[in-house]
Amino acid sequence: MKIHEYQAKALLREFGVAVPRGDVADTPAQARAIAQQLGGRVVVKAQVHAGGRGKAGGIKLADDPARAEQAAGQILGMMLKTPQTPPEGIKVRSVLVEEASAIERELYLSITLDRARATHVVMASQAGGMEIEEVASKTPDKILREWAHPALGVADFQARRLAFGLGLTGDAFKQGVALIRNLFALYLAKDCSLAEINPLVVTKDGRVLALDAKLNFDDNALYRHKDVVELRDTHEEDPLDVEASRYGLNYIKLDGDVGCMVNGAGLAMATMDIIKLAGGEPANFLDVGGGASPEQIENAFRILSSDPNVKAVFINVFGGILRVDRLAEGIIAAVQKLGLTLPVVLRAEGTNVEQGKKMLAESGLALTMADDMADGAKKAVAFAKGRR
Amino acid sequence: MAILVDRSTRVVVQGITGKEGAFHAARCKEYGTHVVGGVTPGKGGTTHEGFAVWNTVAEAVAKEGANCALIFVPPSAAADAIMEAAAAGIPLVICITEGIPVADMVRTKHYLASTKSRLIGPNCPGVITPGAAKVGIMPGQIHKPGDVGVLSRSGTLTYEVVGQLTRRGIGQSTCVGIGGDPVNGTNFVDVLRLFNEDTGTRAIMMIGEIGGTAEEEAAAYIKASVDKPVVGFICGQTAPPGRRMGHAGAIIAGGKGTAAEKMKALQDAGVTVVKSPADMGATVAKVIGT
Repeated sequence: MKIHEYQAKALLREFGVAVPRGDVADTPAQARAIAQQLGGRVVVKAQVHAGGRGKAGGIKLADDPARAEQAAGQILGMMLKTPQTPPEGIKVRSVLVEEASAIERELYLSITLDRARATHVVMASQAGGMEIEEVASKTPDKILREWAHPALGVADFQARRLAFGLGLTGDAFKQGVALIRNLFALYLAKDCSLAEINPLVVTKDGRVLALDAKLNFDDNALYRHKDVVELRDTHEEDPLDVEASRYGLNYIKLDGDVGCMVNGAGLAMATMDIIKLAGGEPANFLDVGGGASPEQIENAFRILSSDPNVKAVFINVFGGILRVDRLAEGIIAAVQKLGLTLPVVLRAEGTNVEQGKKMLAESGLALTMADDMADGAKKAVAFAKGRR
Repeated sequence: MAILVDRSTRVVVQGITGKEGAFHAARCKEYGTHVVGGVTPGKGGTTHEGFAVWNTVAEAVAKEGANCALIFVPPSAAADAIMEAAAAGIPLVICITEGIPVADMVRTKHYLASTKSRLIGPNCPGVITPGAAKVGIMPGQIHKPGDVGVLSRSGTLTYEVVGQLTRRGIGQSTCVGIGGDPVNGTNFVDVLRLFNEDTGTRAIMMIGEIGGTAEEEAAAYIKASVDKPVVGFICGQTAPPGRRMGHAGAIIAGGKGTAAEKMKALQDAGVTVVKSPADMGATVAKVIGT
């Protein structure tokens, strides 16, 4: 799960990580009031779940409250388009108004999981403000890494090693060490999957601040962080994804026209692959899981077919825990309730498959049966092409 | 011969009084697996659907000589269940539970390193040696005893390849699902080593997916140490970057972990890489010459 920069900064503040003074505004008038309170020069930053905001016009400097109000007026309501947003952009609903910092140096700091070592890794670099993937691929030696002990976390000497490596000295060094320790404490306490500060800055007056902040959370751990769940902003997510998550379905909308419904993530990915190999484009990833109930299947069908791009549906199920007769029950209910007219290709194997096929045959639905995965993909792609 | 589980495997099911635990304990027993009973703390001394229930894994070890734990405990308590099994001296712990927080698995994996236990999973279908023992949630009837070892990060995609093999009359020595989570107990390399040393395994079918570097590590190991033929498939060739494709571990992040990279690494290691998931069985048949 992702949250906004202003929400991330509130959490950082709570854990003792220094951030610029500021507050969030939903209207230009609020932005003006915040700027007034802060005094001096401010930055007005669009709050969307995507990077690259500066280049897209989503971050503006303002010398006084009147200009802050003006900048907020320009940013609020705009469709912000960056390389990380959908092509049509994301609508900006709030802005963060912060004191502008006089920057001496820009650094990079992040914490995430290192899968290969099965522990958390703290990464730091003097090349702040840049795309870290680019730094990592071009000049990997410019990134410092310290791996947390799986049980003990990051030791003080490791935080010092990183702070020295960042070229921090004197009081800035002390601030840097504390900041690294506090950020790691936050990362662990809130079950983050990523805590990234880019840039981490040293100001001209010697303060070490998180100028930007990105926090992502482990979805599997959200059950123990009610406070984090409250920060979710569903405006930032595809409405169909939001709907799917309500029913415990794993759905990701894609750009093609062959909708697919599959049990199991691996088989779902493989189904997308085989649709592509058959000359088509998958409209989505949809894993109905192992024990999907008829109600869940029905909801899956509704979500899948509410994507206007979908021209045909390929259901590919290998029943392990999932029983084909229950799947059939769900399909029949969904098609009848929703009055679906889309061509549906079904490939099903597994528990109670004969019974399931019989139910579908007797339902009078216009279903096309497939012998195997390749056959099903071919048939579904042909239907989709015929309806373009 | 086979790996990990056989007729001497004595399974204790943790979370046996739950819906999933009870259902699958019965399916495993039907298949012929020696299920000695189950554990649900607080329900010790009772029986559940014909199975003896204990309060602790240690009791199941002391009283019935359990040597394998099969875990269906909910995600919030599953990491603890894994540690309990390891502390009781269970050599093979198989965790089916999906949705364990990553931080819990980081600590648990560290704990396991100080024990003699091997963990398979979490978020996996389990392990089956066809005709001998089924310790997991896979449909037993699609399997057939034979000499092809199958290992995979995915559940239903494993059933798909097993179905393709069995239809062609090709049996399996053992099928191992290592799970789709970013931190798991046993990786491809560990299982490849076991298959390579197993006299009952003639060829290996490996199914990987996008995300992480486990397939690249497997490729390096195959190149250096595996002398049996290996067929590989990577799912997620069409997955968009930055989106988690169902499995917590299946994500292309920072341009890394793509299917193309993994397929190339396997190819360079001498693995016969299949492009279409429909061709997995046929390719194994070709490689072993049946």
